Amino acid sequence: MNGAAAILKALEMQGVDLIFGHPGGTIMPTYDALYDSPIRHVLVRHEQAGVHAATAYARASGRVGVCMATSGPGALNLVTGLQDALMDSTPVIALTGNVPQALIGTDAFQEADVVGITQPVTKHNIQVRNVNDIPRIIAEAFYIASTGRPGPVLIDFPKDVQQAEFTGTFDVEVDLPGYKPTFKGHPRQIERALEALQKAEKPILMVGGGAQNAAQEIMVFAEKSGIPVIPTLMGLGAFPGTHPQCLGMPGMHGSVAANRAIHHADTILAIGLRFDDRVTGKVSRFAPNAHTIIHVDIDPAEIGKLVKTAIPVVGDAKWVAAELAKGAKKLNISKWWGQLEDWKTKHPFAWKPKPHLQSQEVIQAFWEATRGKAIVTSGVGQHQMFAAQFYKFDAPRSWINSGGLGTMGVGLPFAIGAALARPGELVIDFDGDGSFQMTLQELATLKKLDLNVKIVILNNGFLGMVRQWQDLFHARRYSEVYLADSNPDFAKLAEAYGIKGITLTDKARLHETVKEVLAHPGPVLLEARVYHEEGVFPMIPSGGAAEDMIIENPRETVAGD
Amino acid sequence: MRHLVSVLVQDNPGVLQRIAGLIARRGFNIESLAVGRTHQPGLSRISLVVSGDDAVLEQVEKQLNRLIEVIKVTDHAEPHVERELALVKVGIAGMEERLEVKDIAEAFRARIVDVARKSIIFELTGDSTKVNNFVEALRPYGLLEVMRTGAVGMSRGEQVLKVREKKAV
Ligand SMILES: Cc1ncc(C[n+]2csc(CCOP(=O)(O)OP(=O)(O)O)c2C)c(N)n1
Repeated sequence: MNGAAAILKALEMQGVDLIFGHPGGTIMPTYDALYDSPIRHVLVRHEQAGVHAATAYARASGRVGVCMATSGPGALNLVTGLQDALMDSTPVIALTGNVPQALIGTDAFQEADVVGITQPVTKHNIQVRNVNDIPRIIAEAFYIASTGRPGPVLIDFPKDVQQAEFTGTFDVEVDLPGYKPTFKGHPRQIERALEALQKAEKPILMVGGGAQNAAQEIMVFAEKSGIPVIPTLMGLGAFPGTHPQCLGMPGMHGSVAANRAIHHADTILAIGLRFDDRVTGKVSRFAPNAHTIIHVDIDPAEIGKLVKTAIPVVGDAKWVAAELAKGAKKLNISKWWGQLEDWKTKHPFAWKPKPHLQSQEVIQAFWEATRGKAIVTSGVGQHQMFAAQFYKFDAPRSWINSGGLGTMGVGLPFAIGAALARPGELVIDFDGDGSFQMTLQELATLKKLDLNVKIVILNNGFLGMVRQWQDLFHARRYSEVYLADSNPDFAKLAEAYGIKGITLTDKARLHETVKEVLAHPGPVLLEARVYHEEGVFPMIPSGGAAEDMIIENPRETVAGD
Repeated sequence: MRHLVSVLVQDNPGVLQRIAGLIARRGFNIESLAVGRTHQPGLSRISLVVSGDDAVLEQVEKQLNRLIEVIKVTDHAEPHVERELALVKVGIAGMEERLEVKDIAEAFRARIVDVARKSIIFELTGDSTKVNNFVEALRPYGLLEVMRTGAVGMSRGEQVLKVREKKAV
């Protein structure tokens, strides 16, 4: 057996059954070994899509996603996706080929310092220099990627290592003296957290992406205590969006109820979130009345990084939430709830009806038609925020988007990865005309796999989110955001790849079109031509605080349509 | 505030780059960094001098702890020994100067490691202040070259930095 075969054998032993990748010279021995391996390989058309698909595979399934690329240009195409996975704490393994060791450092053909370049964008990375280390390094990589705070790990294999004869053992032990994640939260701290909540008059529970695993435990805790719940963009689905205790997401485009609740809360229990600036706004003005912030996170470096924490709990969200649920008692907060209900009913996410088709109503129509039973992905921009606002996520791992890095172009590869992770389930990608064009070549991958993915392009003819900022903060100087004059006919584009394409322009045909999309077996691309100057509201201007929230589009109250 | 931080690491290839990169990327201000082997094979020890308030120090430690190859991180708030090594080359014009410079060196317990017709190299170990003072004392005579290592440090007494469970990751 050569190194390449050993790589695949070791992956198999980690339970890997699928790799997203793209071949090339230095990874060819491994592609050759793949020919005889039970592991399935999905050929993407660009390595960036491979790492994104692996990310979504991991997020949708709770397992580790795997992608593969050749050296130099192939490996470098992974960089964006690795940082995306790092920011959103996703367990991904990236395997890269490299030039033979004898050529490393000589500027050989397709050589790049991949380990150096990917150091800041991975949780850990390593180059294998001895063929017999393969099983141990792969086992360690999976352990590192999937435990503690999950994240991407890159393993670089020089070509000669893949070609060398393997004489080692697969019976390896993971022994990392510097890596011992804390799993169980400190019992005394958990007790203190429960005591603080019991004393609170205006408590809230915030749940983030790190709580996706703990949805069940959080539900028990929330229902026993009656606490109001605010899932962040990454936490959507970790607590059901339709639950009466849910206030919606917080932050820049969060709900009025959520942002005001945070502003007035005296006690905040935060589980599995990292107080991103899109959530906090200006940190010094975040939650000014919260004398007690309880922060539960598996990564101690997150605790106290941005907000002052009174009760730190380092541990696994699922484990800590279960403990909290055990000790939870009904909170006496009816007055607080009175206030919250008022905000909720007065300011739900809403849009002003227009004669044009609008993104919000398209998303709402899909939500109604699917009764929320789909895995949803998105690109980055206004459509992403509209999807977060108007598709109500009730199940964990049902909303896969780029929260931390905000990577345009993730929508389609995420949808492919999610569909492969959960066969038989419906996947909808709400995408922007700008975002979609960053990875549209993956229509080919989708066509080949014939997955039940519905791409819904909310085409506003603009890089809409940038246009919105220019509108509000740059005196409507729409510098380089106009797409409509050169966008393709998206439905025809889909047809060119052999995928069903539909164009929707007429508002009156919305519901029948949604039905048509959902009824068609296999992939469909729907281009919905939506109102071109829509804004996402509410909005807290960047660097602002809850009090600075703009609830409605100021343009519309002045100029109308 | 100036802090001396010791880091025990597995000395895999690239580990120093990883640590220096992390510190730079996170915007922490490093004054010096020194690294060398320990008595245990496979383990190196790094001494870092960072400046910042307690919150900065806490983040430096927590971020370092996130690195897989970092085994232990300690800041030396407690009594500790701290040393720097300096090589100082001074230009010498005449006999009189030569004697003066030698007097200064003696006062600082610096050693002469090279003597040429127009220059002398001194070797000095001590904490940063002592090295600073020595360099300043020689400045009027014409410094030709000054080479200082970063500070290395160790806690006094029984306290040691050793392989055991990290507090947490
Ligand atoms: C790769 C990348 N480049 C640039 C940006 C900056 N950016 C954020 S939103 C946005 C516009 C997105 O336009 P589109 O995908 O059409 O979505 P819309 O906002 O119109 O819904 C841009 C350019 C980004 N997030 N990612």
